[in-house]
Amino acid sequence: MSAVETTPVVRKTALNAVHRQMDAKMVDFNGWDMPVEYPAAIGCGIVAEHMAVRTGVGIFDVSHMGDIRLAGPEALAAVQHISMNDASRLAIGQAQYSALLYPQGTFVDDVIVHRLGEDEYLLVINAGTREKDFGWVRDNTRRFDCKVEHLSDDFTQIAIQGPRAVDVLQKLTDADLSAVKFYWVTRGTLCGLKNTLMGRTGYTAEDGFEIYIPPDEETSARVWYAILDAGKEFGAVPCGLGARNTLRLEGKLPLYGHEISDTINVWEAGLDRFCKMEKPDFIGRSALEKAKAEALKKTLVGLEMVERGIARDGYKILDEGGREIGYVTSGSPAPFLKKNIALAYVPPEHAAIGTTVKIEIRGQGVRAQVVPAPFYKRPKKV
Amino acid sequence: MRYPTDRKYTKEHEWITTDGTIGITNHAQDSLGDIVFVELPKVGTEINAGKTFGTVESVKAVSDLYAPASGTVTAVNESLATAPEQVNKDAHAAWMLKIKVKDPAEINALLSAADYEKFVSEEAGH
Repeated sequence: MSAVETTPVVRKTALNAVHRQMDAKMVDFNGWDMPVEYPAAIGCGIVAEHMAVRTGVGIFDVSHMGDIRLAGPEALAAVQHISMNDASRLAIGQAQYSALLYPQGTFVDDVIVHRLGEDEYLLVINAGTREKDFGWVRDNTRRFDCKVEHLSDDFTQIAIQGPRAVDVLQKLTDADLSAVKFYWVTRGTLCGLKNTLMGRTGYTAEDGFEIYIPPDEETSARVWYAILDAGKEFGAVPCGLGARNTLRLEGKLPLYGHEISDTINVWEAGLDRFCKMEKPDFIGRSALEKAKAEALKKTLVGLEMVERGIARDGYKILDEGGREIGYVTSGSPAPFLKKNIALAYVPPEHAAIGTTVKIEIRGQGVRAQVVPAPFYKRPKKV
Repeated sequence: MRYPTDRKYTKEHEWITTDGTIGITNHAQDSLGDIVFVELPKVGTEINAGKTFGTVESVKAVSDLYAPASGTVTAVNESLATAPEQVNKDAHAAWMLKIKVKDPAEINALLSAADYEKFVSEEAGH
């Protein structure tokens, strides 16, 4: 036991005062003081915020997300070495979903890799894994001729999400957003801020943008309110982490510490299509090669409650005979689908669509069925 | 928020009237957010003061319901099974249970509306 006790410092984004001013319900999220939902009095609450993103537009402070930049002659080789997707396929201005893996093929974190320039890449990482990720990237890219910078505190990051997100943001920038495809970035003047990075990315299974602006409180608040104001005609609402979670769950987007972790490998998580075994060697590849030859012990499935009850993170999955066979990674009511859904790890023999399992809820086995996931797919643009 | 003075309150944020009608407070529904599920005991069940008698779930959280007083359940608000959002709309009207109260002294010992209001504001002020 150390003689000196350290109090964990609660971290705040530059928009913290704005959230409090808006009377948001605040929670500790991985050491960050973040809004979970905004008040019903201004038309918010998790369900209303979720619905706004599915049908109109919602705005999220995601400044707790981290950023790592790799730049230099061997930046591509470095990114290739530490991530599972094939970054050599990225054109300048393009982004891809990927992950940093441990040598055993399990997850350090999932990331979005953006190619910003000829030899410049930006990795957007999770809040709870910022320091771990930066250390990992730095330590494993030492032999490459490229500079690795931790830029997590250099931006306020705001996500504008929903079918009307493009209309809202277009009112505030000179960049032609209609020319920006999903998972591409552009730069332009936004609210008077020159050369602002805007990516058509998000974590809601909806169209949308994530913007990167200077991290001072004054600029952050000014842009936040400008977006809300521009979004008024489209019914824009501020959204908290509660809706962010239910939105990503409907879209089966993984959350670190839940669907993916340092004990779950790529095949178990079902992220095969983002893992390019044919590209040059990368950390985790040989373990995954070996794992591929063996039978999976568990696999991620989508579940829908058949009987009355709500599955929650960590609940046990039982077979018909009541034997424990797996666990829920994320479970919640799905506000848009109006069903109670969950993601869970079960043995492959229980993973076929239509299979019935039980979820242990307060000591009772409550029936659920394996269903196709993602539970929600956004309608294709006409 | 004005809390009705025709009933008593617990520090676990339930209310009970002298005739044994039980619900959760406006503060409780506000803290929970969108309520999506209420699980209540059947008529005839004995509930005991301070012990859990059911569950309320919002999108985000699961919370136990604690009995403000002991007694036998005589009625259950079945409409909450299909329309739990009534609790968000008016927590002081959306009752959950009616019980035959065993000992009225248990209710008398609970918080008055004014004391509960004070308790909530102190709790929020930390």
